[in-house]
Amino acid sequence: MATTLIVNGETKSFDAPPEMPLLWVLRDILGMTGTKFGCGIAQCGACTVHVDGRAVRSCVLPVSAVENRTVTTIEHVGSTPSGAKVQKAWLEAEVIQCGYCQSGQIMAAAALLAATPNPDDSDIDAAMAGNICRCGTYVRIREAIKHAANGRQS
Amino acid sequence: MNAHNNLTRRALLTGGLATGFVLAFHLPLRAAVNEPVQPRDTTEGKFAPNAFIRIDETGRTVLMMPQVEMGQGTYTSISAVLAEELDADWGKVEVQHAPPNDKLYGNPTFGLQVTGNSNSIRAWWLPLRKAGATARAMLVQAAASQWGVEPASCTASKGEVAHAASGRKLGYGELALAAQGQTPPKDVAVKDPRDFVLIGQPLKRLDTPDKVNGKAIYGIDAILPGMKFATVAACPVFGGKVGKVDDSAAVKLPGVRKVVVLDDMVAVIGDHMWAAKKGLEALKIEWNEGPNAEITTKDIWDDLRKASQKDGAVAKSDGDIAKALASGDRFEAAYELPFLAHASMEPINATVHVKPDSCEIWTGTQIMTRVQSEAAKAAGLPVDKVIVNNHLLGGGFGRKLEPDMVIAAVKIAKQVDYPVKVVWTREEDIQHDVYRPVYRDQITASLVDGKVAGWKYKVAGSAVLARWLPPAFQKGIDIDAIDAAVDAPYDFANFHVEYVRAEPLSVPTGFWRGVGPNNNVFAVECAMDELARKAGKGPIEFRKSMLTKNPRMLAVLGQVAEKSGWGQPLPPRVGRGVCVQPSFASFIATVVEAEIDDIGEITLRRVTSVVDTGIAVNPDTVKAQIEGGLIFGLTAALYGEITIDKGRVQQSNFHDYRMMRINETPKIEVIVVKSGEAPGGIGEAGVNAGPPALRNAIYAATGVALRRLPIDRKLLAAGKKA
Repeated sequence: MATTLIVNGETKSFDAPPEMPLLWVLRDILGMTGTKFGCGIAQCGACTVHVDGRAVRSCVLPVSAVENRTVTTIEHVGSTPSGAKVQKAWLEAEVIQCGYCQSGQIMAAAALLAATPNPDDSDIDAAMAGNICRCGTYVRIREAIKHAANGRQS
Repeated sequence: MNAHNNLTRRALLTGGLATGFVLAFHLPLRAAVNEPVQPRDTTEGKFAPNAFIRIDETGRTVLMMPQVEMGQGTYTSISAVLAEELDADWGKVEVQHAPPNDKLYGNPTFGLQVTGNSNSIRAWWLPLRKAGATARAMLVQAAASQWGVEPASCTASKGEVAHAASGRKLGYGELALAAQGQTPPKDVAVKDPRDFVLIGQPLKRLDTPDKVNGKAIYGIDAILPGMKFATVAACPVFGGKVGKVDDSAAVKLPGVRKVVVLDDMVAVIGDHMWAAKKGLEALKIEWNEGPNAEITTKDIWDDLRKASQKDGAVAKSDGDIAKALASGDRFEAAYELPFLAHASMEPINATVHVKPDSCEIWTGTQIMTRVQSEAAKAAGLPVDKVIVNNHLLGGGFGRKLEPDMVIAAVKIAKQVDYPVKVVWTREEDIQHDVYRPVYRDQITASLVDGKVAGWKYKVAGSAVLARWLPPAFQKGIDIDAIDAAVDAPYDFANFHVEYVRAEPLSVPTGFWRGVGPNNNVFAVECAMDELARKAGKGPIEFRKSMLTKNPRMLAVLGQVAEKSGWGQPLPPRVGRGVCVQPSFASFIATVVEAEIDDIGEITLRRVTSVVDTGIAVNPDTVKAQIEGGLIFGLTAALYGEITIDKGRVQQSNFHDYRMMRINETPKIEVIVVKSGEAPGGIGEAGVNAGPPALRNAIYAATGVALRRLPIDRKLLAAGKKA
């Protein structure tokens, strides 16, 4: 039975088991590999996407739960105001090392800034503590989020 | 897609012990490597003076990367070194992953196309500068002969050759074909570092623009027409085999295509990872667990502690150690480090298409040519029939110095005629790693007049090199395991280092970011703090008194004391700890400030590192590597331990193999010292700094002298003393 999703503004229909996590639909059925697999149990945040603007872990989210809802991934987050600011701040602060977790970091940060335009350190901790970076880019992530928030004010 | 690259969809050289290490590698191996700089490419319509530089008629400058990018920034730094001497237009530089070819791209230190041991820049520093300078000279010759002037009257800058006297200019693109016909000059001069325009600048990384928008392609992102997806379950007991497999339920599941049974693992191939995973869960597998099924961590430690009582092979012995230890105030301690998994964020994976007469591989590896030759063996094909497409690595940390995931994927792909992407789950990745070895390091020292008079250091642990690079293992000494033991930075008049090879029961061991100095820097710097206290001196004062012959280390130590606020008053149960380290030919001093609450929980308040890595090709990358390395090492100190029960790894995912998170991350300040010395290694150095500096901060705050990692909070509750 065909499932229908709205991904990055486009309607996508495909066959998938209803319990199949959104992560594998994106990567293995739709061929959108920007969203990453890290743990499969919502512990690392590499798979973070937006569903109706909220950051969610796609590795444990059954595709049936997001049918007909708006999904935004790293490939398209630059078209949202907070996503574009975050991407720019990430490059300016040279946050990224291997980059594998950064799709998820950027999605989490973009959702944070969309909801909380001027986050303080505790807001950043609360929004970003679910995203592991093995290269250890946390210092620059914090700096870049603050930079992106200031950019919004100016 | 950023114009700078086209990657989408598709301790060793200088200084101290590092020198000994390199020599040891060089003697048996170097003969296998051809001069990497000179081979010409006959590519039509391009200037291709050697294996690294391709300039076409439009001026597009493609640089081939002999080392792999796993986050350490080497693609940008290597490009900067080449472009510096080439006088390329930095804005026109693109990078490409090099194909497997030891003759063209073999790391000059190892004689193999390998990225590891923080040596990319150290190994390639001169060869790549010469490659760039040779190409520049050929472009200048081409322009000069076109203009009928002396080459010496021309200059090159930003992708153009100019003749100032006549005001003429030609771009490298316009000169490409003529330059290809020039004879490469011999022994071309490289620039005086004072003339560098790219090296030493905080250049923006070439690989990051595609990493903010999902376009960067890692091995796990390979997509091929007709590709299927597989995941695996290996025998949970090391060395165990597959017994019986009942796949009757699995094969009935929608999307499951095939069950593949190998010697020691089972794979399910499906239409997507989810089908493969569900299929694997539906299998009933009986394992032949073999002789290791009862092994526990305790057995391994009992063995190691027993082995460490033996006399070791002597790696270094200066002065009269027996006499020195017989006098003065004696100190003895043993430091123990646990098994660690790598846990790269990108789980291990490989995509393979085996055809009757060829095999093609898409993966991210630190060992291109070894992957090619191992895949050839697994596929039963000649090496030249194996194509390896390398990718960006989602973290390497040494895990991808091993070919096991590619070998397994080839064996699986051999069973079908379509391409298969094999992805390990996080659980399989953690439980079938090659682990950072357990080490037991014993230090016996004597103090006379407040200084170390005798220092005897015995390292006991796995000899990773003996497996990974057998010719480098000689006279019973693993030169990696004792690297920073023999290269201690201090003036020890009577100085003795021994090594006991002790392989842990059943558990495979491998290189882990920081490698041998992991254990050495920890043991040396913990012991130095305990000795300082015994001598009644402050930790920095004590170290300084024995760094009189090491001006670079003395300088960074002095600077870190100042920048960290060393000596300023702190609240109760807050301490500062210091670490100095000579690893990878860089000189680094670090201070960690930490608070320990009444139940022993630790808050990292602040970390300060001062780094003298010689010429910093990209100072911002140096800072980033130290920041990240510190977090990597501190994570291990706070949480890292793989334990074994019933022959199995007990941890499985990030809930029980914990990583530091942003809310636990302290403020980190890294100061990069300006230096004209040859570049040192930097990708792993920060890892080694964190654990001893934190442990010494805890020692200062609580008086508890921890001698094992990870940190045992139970020992740190208020009122406890070691």
